[in-house]
This record gives sequence, structure tokens and C-alpha cells, in this order.
Amino acid sequence: MADRREDRDAVLLAPIERTGPGFYWTVGALGLLILWGAIAYWTQLEGGLGVTGLHQPVSWGFYVTNFVFFIGISHAGTLISAILRLSKAEWRRPVTRMAEVITVMVLFIGAAQILVDLGRPDRIINIIRHGRYQSPLLWDATSISAYLTASLVYLYLPMIPDIAILRDRLEKRKLLYAVLALGWTGSPRQQHVLNRAIAVMAVLVIPIAVSVHSVVSFVFSMTLQPMWHSTIFGPYFVVGAIFSGIAALIVAMLVFRKAYGLEGYLRPVHFRYLGQLLLVMSLLWFYFTFAEYLTGYYGSEPEEMKVFRAKFSGRFWPFFWGMALSNFVIPVLCLVRLSRHTVGKVLTASLSVLVGMWLERFIIVVPTLSSPRLPFGEGLYWPTWVEWGETAGSFALFALFYLLFTKLFPIVSIWEIHEGRERGLQEVEARLLSYLPDLAETGLARPGQRG
Amino acid sequence: MPRWGMVIDLDRCTGCQACVMACKAENNVPAVGRREAARGRVISWMQVLTEEDEGHPGEVRRFLPRPCLMCDDPPCTKVCPVYATYLNPEGIVTQIYARCIGCRFCMAACPYNAKYFNWRAYQREGPDRNPDVSVRPKGVVEKCTFCHHRLQKARERARAERRDLGPGEYVPACAEACPARAIVFGDLADPGSEVARLARSPRAFRLLEALGTKPKVIYLTEGEGRG
Repeated sequence: MADRREDRDAVLLAPIERTGPGFYWTVGALGLLILWGAIAYWTQLEGGLGVTGLHQPVSWGFYVTNFVFFIGISHAGTLISAILRLSKAEWRRPVTRMAEVITVMVLFIGAAQILVDLGRPDRIINIIRHGRYQSPLLWDATSISAYLTASLVYLYLPMIPDIAILRDRLEKRKLLYAVLALGWTGSPRQQHVLNRAIAVMAVLVIPIAVSVHSVVSFVFSMTLQPMWHSTIFGPYFVVGAIFSGIAALIVAMLVFRKAYGLEGYLRPVHFRYLGQLLLVMSLLWFYFTFAEYLTGYYGSEPEEMKVFRAKFSGRFWPFFWGMALSNFVIPVLCLVRLSRHTVGKVLTASLSVLVGMWLERFIIVVPTLSSPRLPFGEGLYWPTWVEWGETAGSFALFALFYLLFTKLFPIVSIWEIHEGRERGLQEVEARLLSYLPDLAETGLARPGQRG
Repeated sequence: MPRWGMVIDLDRCTGCQACVMACKAENNVPAVGRREAARGRVISWMQVLTEEDEGHPGEVRRFLPRPCLMCDDPPCTKVCPVYATYLNPEGIVTQIYARCIGCRFCMAACPYNAKYFNWRAYQREGPDRNPDVSVRPKGVVEKCTFCHHRLQKARERARAERRDLGPGEYVPACAEACPARAIVFGDLADPGSEVARLARSPRAFRLLEALGTKPKVIYLTEGEGRG
């Protein structure tokens, strides 16, 4: 009985059971990029940050941009999955795990960007030994580590029943699965405890996730610098983070749908729903951007205007207008009508948003620094191969982590799909009925209900 | 408790850069070399900024010597995650090179761009260095300290001679070197000192005063022929 149930979802276990040549080719390609990144970082450790394009006054560049970008991507997972779970959206079932894995993997990569950016990574322990809580960097460290912990727990809890399936079915890695399954048997009591724990974590991670990108924005907005010192930055960054996060989630879903043949699980409807969410976020992002830039422009303080002009029509115009094009124009055009060519349009919009949100982070970090208040002349920042290598390596490392995860654990939650088939259908029907007053009155009203 | 401060008279400044060179020699400020300089990595704790005069374009340059402004409410110290830069009780914003993790947050936060980074290992210890000032390793931030080591030396000398530190005993290298006597240094807490007297002048202003950083480097505007 149980065997047949799992055979129906054999395609979800296939990547764990068998490994084809495609896997090795992908790992090899990613490995090359990671090697480039490792050589770049080694060069930087030996020579100092002088091997990068950073200078006075542009003392932050690609690394800080990447930091903000990757931490932003992390909002895909845990946050979206928690909202979908809490709102009992039934279509979440094949999506949540993919989303949660993004969060955990990308947080490691994002936090590592700060380490790469440090002039003295050997002294990182000073953050604990001499930590100054007035500094927004400490808020970041606190918030991100809380988020990482919560996300790990939130990823792991719904995996326990699936790990138990792996423990019972697979011949390899017995010890790993046995330990991680925590003696799961699927008894009603265990299921009750698990569902409670997942629900508690889903509520808990939402405020933590919101705090994470707020304090990332505070790194900039707490300074006095033009176009950084802005109260809108907290929510603006959170919106941008969710925006880029959804885009990353869609891309990941499409990649693994293709690679592992998950078309039966990830259907066009999933992409249509996520595409609509992406469209809403795009409009919201535009609203925030418009409010932010209009406020700066209308007040037209000279220092603000210097940075504003640099972005709008000055040296940074390709980045600024590229951002506007790929965060707003392209996604809106792609996503307004999703009835036909859903998957292609959603993919185009998502890739465009990923580029656009990276540009947005860049356009926040660099132009402010390159327009100092005093007459120093403008700073020209041009990254060297070291920064490109580190960036490529970071993306590749993220992809590799994700890929390895899918070889160890099912990327679509098997037990939640079962639950959807066995209980979700009835639950939805019961819930629907409870929404409708006339049906409840005409015959489905249970005895003992208040009249 | 003294509050060390500086008054720079822009009417007297000729832009000769003597303060810059004196500072570099005194504080072991590294010469970064031509290639690094072209990349915008010059380190100059005291820097003479030049600007075209709006009234006389193409004819008159205006000079603004800029050390660390020693803010009483420094934007840089708040953001340092490890207390590697802080305001000491005498009002000097100090740097602890041995603790700095090189995150450059203080550089991003300083509205005066008074902080500099050691992008590479620019110098080593050597016999031609000033032994009173530590040589900075690569990867840390450095900046003007009001020649803090001179204060320590002067104070030790006074203590050995069992007397108080007198006015004029502690002067940074830039103030000492200025041939036009544009830089006056002293204790702002002593109302009788020359620096405190000049700081009360109607010509006195502070750089980017509206930011509320309360700098203890005070400028006197150019007066004559300027209205």
C-alpha cells in the first residue's frame, strides 16, 4: 500500500537514486567557475583589496552589491513558503521546498560576501570580541544569523517524513537518513507535533525575514550620505528582496522541472500564480522607486541632486535605465496576459528581474559613494577580473549547493503531495462549504452549532 | 579636560601643501606609487582641496585644507562594528589599527571623506620611519589623529618635569609647518586660548555644518575682497 503510494511519485526520488552524465557535466562547469572565484579570492588574500577596482572614494563595490542582492534572493524561500502555508494555498505543495532551499543556500553565499569584502578577514572574530551594537553591521550579523537558523529549522522540519521515506527505500546513505529522520514512523501523534512545529515556525520566520532586509538597508540609510539617508529604505529593500526572490524561485523551479522531468508537479498554473505575484511586486517596486526618486528630485538639495543626476542622466544612466527597463517594463509586458505561453513569459520576466534587481543594488551602492560632498572630483569604479571572478564563483557555488541538495533529498515534498491528494481535497471542500452560508443552513449545519 | 581643536584661516592659506608634506613625513603616511595613485588610492591625512572660485572663474582657485575634522558627533564611529574608531575623552577621533577589520563602513559614512584605506601593503617598518607612529598593515583604515603621539610625548615630558602641559607644547605637524600660520591649534575648552578666541570669530564656520557632526576643526572664511 505504502509502496504503491510512493511509486506514483517515483519521479521525485529518481534524482536521488540515479545519477546521469548531465549531473557530472553541470558539476564540472560549475566547478570551473568556482575555481575562477577561488583563484580570485586567493589573489585578493595575497595582494590585499588593491587587486580589486575599489578606491577612494568608491570603497564599496561589487561585493557589497552582491551581499545585498544575495540576501535579497533569500526572501524567496522561507518568507514566501511561510505565507503560502499560513494562507493554506493548496498550490504551494510542490513549491515550498524549492523555495526554502534557496533561502538556506543563498544566505551562506550572501553572508560570505561580507567576509570577502573585509580588508582583514583574519580579524572577523573581533565582531564578537569587541562588537559595537550601535553599528548596523552588527544588526545585520544578528538578524542574518537568526534568519539562517530559523530557515534551517523551517527547511528541515517538513523534510523529516520525506527523509523517513528515503531511509526505508534507499540502500545507500542509510546512516545519514536514519539519523536525520529522527525515528519518524508517521504516527498520528508525530504528525500532530510536526504540523504544530511547522505552523509555529511559519509564523516566526515572517518577522525575522522582514527584519533581515530592513537592517541590510539600514547599513546605507543610517549614514548621512545623499540618496542613502532615507526612511523609505527599509520597506523598499524588503519589497525589492521579495521581488528578486520570487524571480529566483521561478528560475529554479523551471530549471529543475526541465532537468528532472517534474512537469506533472510544476504545472503552468503554478507559474501563472507566481507570475501574478511577480507582477504585483513589480508594480510595488515601481511605486517605491518612484516615491524615492521623486522625493529626492522635488526637494532638489544640491548633494542629493548630484547623485540623482549621476544616475538619471550622468555616468550611471545605462545602469539606471537598464534597471527601470528590466524591473518594470519587461516584466509588466510579459506578465499582464498569462493565458498563453505562460512558462516562457514568466521565465523571461524572472530572468529580467534578476538582472534588474542586481543593477538596482549596484545603483544604490556605487553612485552615492562616487559623488563625494567636498570637491574631491568624482570616483570612477571599474571592477577587475577579481571581482568578476568572485561574483561568478558565488553564483556557481550557490547553484552547486542547490544541485547537491537535490541529489540528497527530494526537491518536491513527497508527503505533502500525498497529503494534498488524500486530505487536501476534502479539506478544501469542507472549507469552501463553510464559507457559504446558504449551504450551511440547508442541510450541512451540524447539530450543536449556534443557530 | 581639554578639547583639542583647530582653526584654519582660509584667508591665509596659500595652497602651498607644506601641511600635507609635513603630515606625511610625521605620520609615516605611505607614498602609494604612481600606479596606485592613478587608481585613486592616494593616502593623504591632510589634503588641500581646490575649487574654482564662482566669482572669478578661470582666475582664482580656492583652497581648503582638510584634516580629519574631529567631529563631536562623528558619523564614522557609530557605524564601526568593532570599536576600532571612537571618540576619546579629549575629543580626538582615534583609530585602532590592530583591531580594524577593514569593512570600510566608516569610510562610507564619513561625509568629509577623511578616512583612507590600505588597499595594499604600502610600506614596511624601517629606519626612515617615525618611530612614534605605527606603520599600518594592509587592509585597515587610517586617518589624521591630530598627531596624537605628540600629545602623549608632550604630556610625558611635562609629567617628568612635574608640571602641567603648557599651551603650545602640543601642536600637530601641519600647524607647525604652515608658513602662513593659517593653522592654529589648541584647547577649545580653555576660553583664553588663541584657538578658542578665533573659533568665536564672526568669520568662523564649520564644514557641512548643517549635518550636525559638530567638527572641532573650524574654518575662517576668506574676508577681504569677498564681501
